[in-house]
Amino acid sequence: MSRAGGTAAVERAAEETETGTEAGPPAARPLRVRNLTKRFGGLTAVDGASFDVEEGSLTGLIGPNGAGKSTTFDCITGVRRPDGGSVHLYGEEITGLPPYAVAERGLVRTFQIARELKEMTVIENVMLAPKDQRGERLWRSVLPGPRRAVIEQERELRERAWETLEFFEIDHLAEEYAGNLSGGQRKLLELARALLTDPHVLLLDEPLAGVNPVLEEKLLGRIHDLRAEGYTFLLVEHDMDVIMNNCERVIVMHQGRVIADDAPAAIMEDERVIDAYLGANV
Amino acid sequence: MADTYSRGKRVFVERPLELVLLTVGVALVADLLSKLANGTVTVLTLSIFLKDGIVIGLVIGLAGVGLSMTYSILNFANFAHGEYLTAGAFAGWVATYLVAGAGTVSAGDLFLLGVSGGADAGTVGASVFSTPLAVLVGFAVAVAFGVALALALDRLVYRPMRGQGAISLLIASIGVALALRYLLAFVFGTSRTGITGGTLPTYTVPVIDLIFNAHELALVAAALAMMGGVHLLLRRTKLGKAMRAMADNPDLARVTGIPTERVVRATWIIGGGLTGAAGYLVVLETGTISFDYGWTLLLLIFAAVILGGIGSIYGAMLGGLTIGIASTLSLIWIPSDFTHAAAFAVMILILLTRPSGLFSGVTTA
Amino acid sequence: MGVSADRLSARLPGGDGALILAVFLALYAGFGLLGVLLGLDANGLASTLQRITFFAAVYALLALALNLQWGYAGLFNIGVAGFMAVGVYTMAMLTAPTDPGTGGLPGLGLPLPVGIVGGMLAAALVGALAALPALRLKADYLAIVTLALSEIIRIVYNSTSLRTFSIAGVDLGTGGSQGLALPTNPINALFYSDARSPASPPTALGEAAFGLFGAAGVQHTTVVDWTYTLVLVVFVWLFYRLLSRVGNSPFGRVLKAIREDELVARSLGKDTGRFKIKTFMLGCALMGLGGILWQGSQSYVSPNNFLPILTFYIFIALIIGGSGSNTGSVIGGALFVGLLFEGPTFVRRLVAQQIPLGDAPDTFVAAVEPLASLDVTPLLAYALGNLASLRFVLAGVVLVYFVQTRPKGLLGHRKEIAASVDLSERPNRPARADGGERR
Ligand SMILES: Nc1ncnc2c1ncn2[C@@H]1O[C@H](COP(=O)(O)OP(=O)(O)OP(=O)(O)O)[C@@H](O)[C@H]1O
Ligand SMILES: [Mg+2]
Repeated sequence: MSRAGGTAAVERAAEETETGTEAGPPAARPLRVRNLTKRFGGLTAVDGASFDVEEGSLTGLIGPNGAGKSTTFDCITGVRRPDGGSVHLYGEEITGLPPYAVAERGLVRTFQIARELKEMTVIENVMLAPKDQRGERLWRSVLPGPRRAVIEQERELRERAWETLEFFEIDHLAEEYAGNLSGGQRKLLELARALLTDPHVLLLDEPLAGVNPVLEEKLLGRIHDLRAEGYTFLLVEHDMDVIMNNCERVIVMHQGRVIADDAPAAIMEDERVIDAYLGANV
Repeated sequence: MADTYSRGKRVFVERPLELVLLTVGVALVADLLSKLANGTVTVLTLSIFLKDGIVIGLVIGLAGVGLSMTYSILNFANFAHGEYLTAGAFAGWVATYLVAGAGTVSAGDLFLLGVSGGADAGTVGASVFSTPLAVLVGFAVAVAFGVALALALDRLVYRPMRGQGAISLLIASIGVALALRYLLAFVFGTSRTGITGGTLPTYTVPVIDLIFNAHELALVAAALAMMGGVHLLLRRTKLGKAMRAMADNPDLARVTGIPTERVVRATWIIGGGLTGAAGYLVVLETGTISFDYGWTLLLLIFAAVILGGIGSIYGAMLGGLTIGIASTLSLIWIPSDFTHAAAFAVMILILLTRPSGLFSGVTTA
Repeated sequence: MGVSADRLSARLPGGDGALILAVFLALYAGFGLLGVLLGLDANGLASTLQRITFFAAVYALLALALNLQWGYAGLFNIGVAGFMAVGVYTMAMLTAPTDPGTGGLPGLGLPLPVGIVGGMLAAALVGALAALPALRLKADYLAIVTLALSEIIRIVYNSTSLRTFSIAGVDLGTGGSQGLALPTNPINALFYSDARSPASPPTALGEAAFGLFGAAGVQHTTVVDWTYTLVLVVFVWLFYRLLSRVGNSPFGRVLKAIREDELVARSLGKDTGRFKIKTFMLGCALMGLGGILWQGSQSYVSPNNFLPILTFYIFIALIIGGSGSNTGSVIGGALFVGLLFEGPTFVRRLVAQQIPLGDAPDTFVAAVEPLASLDVTPLLAYALGNLASLRFVLAGVVLVYFVQTRPKGLLGHRKEIAASVDLSERPNRPARADGGERR
């Protein structure tokens, strides 16, 4: 069953593209990726990947090193322009939109190598995140009248920022330059920042790397809480235990292709997955 | 069919500047042909423009090779490059004067090149024809001084800053440019003076009556020889190959174990030498020198490098020729005080539309 | 010293404002002392301090504008002189009389305030024109583009073909290399009944002021110049307030994020292109205004006032003070003018007065030859005589020194938090044990 299920999902996704099932009203899935392709010179980093992410799910995306997971994230979020294929967010095509437009529509990602804003303090980093801040308009942040509303909103945001920092247990670092944080702390900061944008869908690229086990447990708990509130997660993670214990579905990539897409238990037994990992010496 | 249409539309929407550039280019060529046909522009005028353009273009290209190499290998735009040109020229011409004028004028006056002091170009009479040895010595000194200066400044200023951002290095180079330029002004003075003297043999091209003088010919020969030398060096030697690898991708070169510092030093040596030579040749051809002429050439050299694609050595040479010819040919259409502005505008357009340069697809070095 | 300066500003009552004041007082004390040693009279002293204040103020204005672009948003604009030129020339062309006398250049004859706003708008528009496509470029490309643009602008104003021209039947002129007359400084109207002629009888205010300061030996022109300088100081304060508000706001936060890592800002939903263009335009408008205020003290302007070196001077001022800090911009402007720009000239005058060096030799060789007999006076005299060149050398060396060893400027690393409220204030909790540090 396991084997059949995995193959079925891949084939279903592929079939839809070919037969143009998209013509009908697309099931408003949070994320729907079809035939995504990205080439770097001669290397095809993502090779016709197709998959869906279900509403309110915690879906894992795994694969050996260099499988194309981060590049897939880059193409979904507009950091890189895909060479082919499409990405839909809740039924709306977002292929090739610039990153800010993707983020504005509620899809936010974190980076595998944390990209903290080094010369800004931790709290400045998180205060940057919230969407549609009044004071992001130049004139509003300057003119005396409108400025009052800006200050009021800044107070609210400050409150949320502190709460978020407390949750991630980095509030004691609030006024530290982000560049002075440890690797794990940067990951937390990045996650905190992403959450403060009020996203619907979060793509997390190895968010637990370098985070201590206690906090890891807590983070996963928080992710489950958020999922219960309706957030949707796509999680790249190398720790199989984490994936198997937390995700209800796992997508496996290898050499740019999706080779399996199934429940964790089934994935564990999928021969192609095992081959892929063995072949890559992992 | 629809595909062609949409592709055309995409080109139109995404690269409007390139399209405009192409249209303008075609229109200019057409206009030039019609002007030649109706005699507004004679063949002689056109060939003089072309000749002047090639002469100045070769020097810009020569200086551009050095700038292009340091830009790509050290990864920063060296705003002091123009001063390397000037300093090389001053050093070279001091040597030429000391040799050519020995005995007739006091050494102190010769040293000051007549920019200040009592040597005057007529008395010294330096030229490839009347004082060939002095010119050769001066040329060699200009090259050597260019090398020494480039290495010394790398040691003093840039080496301690390796690994810092491109902008920090750029700012430092602005400081170097200021200091060098006004050090020259301090020593030699700020006036512009004639340098070469005596009468020069000329050569007339039959049919179109185009006249070359000996200095122009010497410049063309020297510039081509140096470019050929660089070509051989980069193609034939291991060091040259390493440099090309680093120009293409410095990170890659570092992992694959090419001795980076050695390559950096070689880059400065070649770049500094070519630039010193270019500086000397400019003065040979224009016949005048002043402490800030390298600075005024700097943006033109940048234009050549950008046109050719940063890091491309042949691109820099071609870019230099293009800028040189464009700046003289443009006289057909625009007043002479706009020629530099036109060259800068073309450079800006290239940066905006094809930041990898016009010729980067053709040759990479 | 960086740290200590920061601590100093924390300890001084009034914080950054007091720090700026302290720098100015120190400069005044220094130049006052030099002036006394030189034997200047009251008018000489007053006019010296006026000069220092004037240039410190203009460099502060321009450094502040540049700090918005480079310090905050990381936009490396080295075409400052060009944007200043656009501001000044547009202002002059808008306000020049429609029918000038012989030798004058025609303009649109608009009132001065319209001219000033027009100049700022024009500078902003040229900035936008450059910025729209160029802001996508790498920082060093942007540098080359802006420098080239500023040279194009200067060449255009310098061109003979545009000395006078007419568009749609309206006569205009840039004056080519000879330059262009500027409107009469409105400050003059405060003191003289005919603003154009200092020889005309003074107004009531003029009478009072000239009388008051004249008693102390200060001449009329010095009084007028000081007044104009004080207007500039007010503008520095306005720029500072404006830019501090811009910087300490969500807008400024996005700018900082762009400087640090633009992709992060974009991935968090910020349309960074819009932020960059707005910033670039505002910065250029302020540069235009800075140029107008500077040249407004003169009666005419020429393209030579806008050589690229001017841009580099402003950069040096900003780097000395520390890019990214508005306080640093003002202090950098003051220190640049005091120590690098005016200081050497005064030291030369003092040395020339105190030590008899004899006539300076004409050439470098003549200055160096006596070294053989261990006589350094001719070289010293030559150096003092050619101080103008050496000052540039000094500026270049200082620039290299700062980039190499003090990239954050004299004030060192400062935490100027980009937010409209104090972020350290923690809501819903009693102050943290260690949280009382920030004011
Ligand atoms: N900018 C780039 N230029 C060229 N090749 C790239 C680039 N980025 C990624 N690649 C290549 O694309 C392939 C996919 O890389 P990607 O980073 O997406 O893999 P990944 O699945 O995220 O791996 P990991 O688990 O190590 O993070 C790799 O072979 C990588 O070397
Ligand atoms: Mg990855």
